[in-house]
Amino acid sequence: MIKKLVSVFSHGPLHLVIIFVALIWILPSVGLLITSFRSSADVAASGWWTVFEHPFNFTRYTLENYQEVILKIGIGRAFLNTLLITIPATIIPILIASFAAYAFAWMEFPGRRFLFVILVGLLVVPLQMTMIPVLRIFNKLGIAGTFPGIWFAHTGYGLPLIIYLLYNFISGLPSELFDSSSIDGATPFQIFTRMVIPLSLPALASVTIFQFLWVWNDLLIALVYLGGTPAVAPLTVRISALVGSYGQDWELLTAAAFVSMALPLVLFLGLQRYFVKGILAGSVKG
Amino acid sequence: MKFVIHTKKITPWLYISPAAFLLFFFLVYPSINTVYISFFNYNSEIFIGIKNYLYCFTNEIMLSSFRNNALWVILFVPLTVSLGLIIAVLADRVKYESMVKSIIFMPMAISFVGAGVIWKFVYAYRPVSAAQTGILNAVRSFFQLEPLPWLIIRPWLNNFCLVMVGVWIWTGFCMVILSASYKGIPHELLEAARVDGATEFKIFWKIILPLMKPTVAVVATTMTINVLKVFDIVYVMTNGNFNTEVVANRMYKEMFIFRNYGRASAIAVILLMLIIPMIIINIQRFREQEAIR
Repeated sequence: MIKKLVSVFSHGPLHLVIIFVALIWILPSVGLLITSFRSSADVAASGWWTVFEHPFNFTRYTLENYQEVILKIGIGRAFLNTLLITIPATIIPILIASFAAYAFAWMEFPGRRFLFVILVGLLVVPLQMTMIPVLRIFNKLGIAGTFPGIWFAHTGYGLPLIIYLLYNFISGLPSELFDSSSIDGATPFQIFTRMVIPLSLPALASVTIFQFLWVWNDLLIALVYLGGTPAVAPLTVRISALVGSYGQDWELLTAAAFVSMALPLVLFLGLQRYFVKGILAGSVKG
Repeated sequence: MKFVIHTKKITPWLYISPAAFLLFFFLVYPSINTVYISFFNYNSEIFIGIKNYLYCFTNEIMLSSFRNNALWVILFVPLTVSLGLIIAVLADRVKYESMVKSIIFMPMAISFVGAGVIWKFVYAYRPVSAAQTGILNAVRSFFQLEPLPWLIIRPWLNNFCLVMVGVWIWTGFCMVILSASYKGIPHELLEAARVDGATEFKIFWKIILPLMKPTVAVVATTMTINVLKVFDIVYVMTNGNFNTEVVANRMYKEMFIFRNYGRASAIAVILLMLIIPMIIINIQRFREQEAIR
């Protein structure tokens, strides 16, 4: 009993430090969320923390900011654009990468090692090295500023990491699996669709969340290959433009930012496990 | 001999060719082309030798971008890695570990643009007469201090404030990796040291840290690569004004605002040169790993 008390007290500072750090980390986001539900008059008159004086006074909260940013300022359209960009730009590279990772892991061909070393090097090539030539080709092909253009750009840029992560997983599958099935007369494609893909679902889930969040949150690639036209611009591009033009209207900026954060946060909280696994596979094993 | 699936000669190429084509089209060829056009004028018509590079190393704004990138590396890498490590080790001792880790890790899920809005609001500044709605200045007012325009006071405070946004985003990433590595340390080892009367502090420095050194090195290189390419945070929060310019934002401006493809390419090449040591480390690590296989 006394021992327990002593341990609680001696751990007091530990709890304090941890809770303090956690508070610092979460407060800025709490401020954003609260501000997005306050009226513009309130936001201009007092800080968001003052709502805690009467936290359940619901007359002080409003959905007007969301209405305005989604319907009038074009965040609704931008949300749709982000979805239209993100879904194909997640599916296409994962499809292409799984074929490549499978071949790298379980097939023999001349130059296999050499090509893989190049792939590992490409993992860290800054996108800035590629933007001007790719943009020039896009302009010639007439796909700059279009969704297919950015789908392929995200595919090309996402492939090194996705192949690498899937390779790590697929090459770790037990070789007896392939041994017995190729004796049974299964073709390489059948082995791929019937065994490799089903067994790799955890790894596929990891890279899917990775690529989805990466594309959803991307600013640079969208700025360069899509530009700011409202018909195609995703959330990140629209919101960074709003920061310039609505610089002091915090209730609108925070609402717009929250619209862009909601889906990633839900995904993150629901699938954190796979996200963490992906990060660990990518950086510790590598 | 490693087991491989028996295939026709052409089959592996069918599997890798879509990926190989896209990698060549989006990464290999453009990178080579960028090196080439960095020796040409703004529209790539006239060969001008190393003039673009001379510009990069003499122009005042370019030099200040290099300085700021160096400041980012010096502050950001040690801060993210050490905070990530400390939080990983401390959180391991409490029952609500997973909740704390989720909170620290959460910024990784949102965009840098979103993070930029969040923190611009934290740093919001109004004149002394008005109520402070940014939390940092509200805290200062509470202590009877004058509010500060955090993002404008150059050159140290505003750059430091931007770096802190990066730290807020990336510490969770470091924490996750370091935490996994920490949990891999055999418990008996730490218990034995405790029985021998070593203080927690000593255990951390003499046992935990040396054992985690390889992972710390991996995380530090990853963070260095990230920070050299830093763009979004600066683009959204200050757009490089008030002496906060960084190399990647400068490249974007040369490309899209000044339409000088020669200079923009030269900046990209310099960025690559800064990152190449990291690429070499990456490939070496891969080779070692293959050797173990």
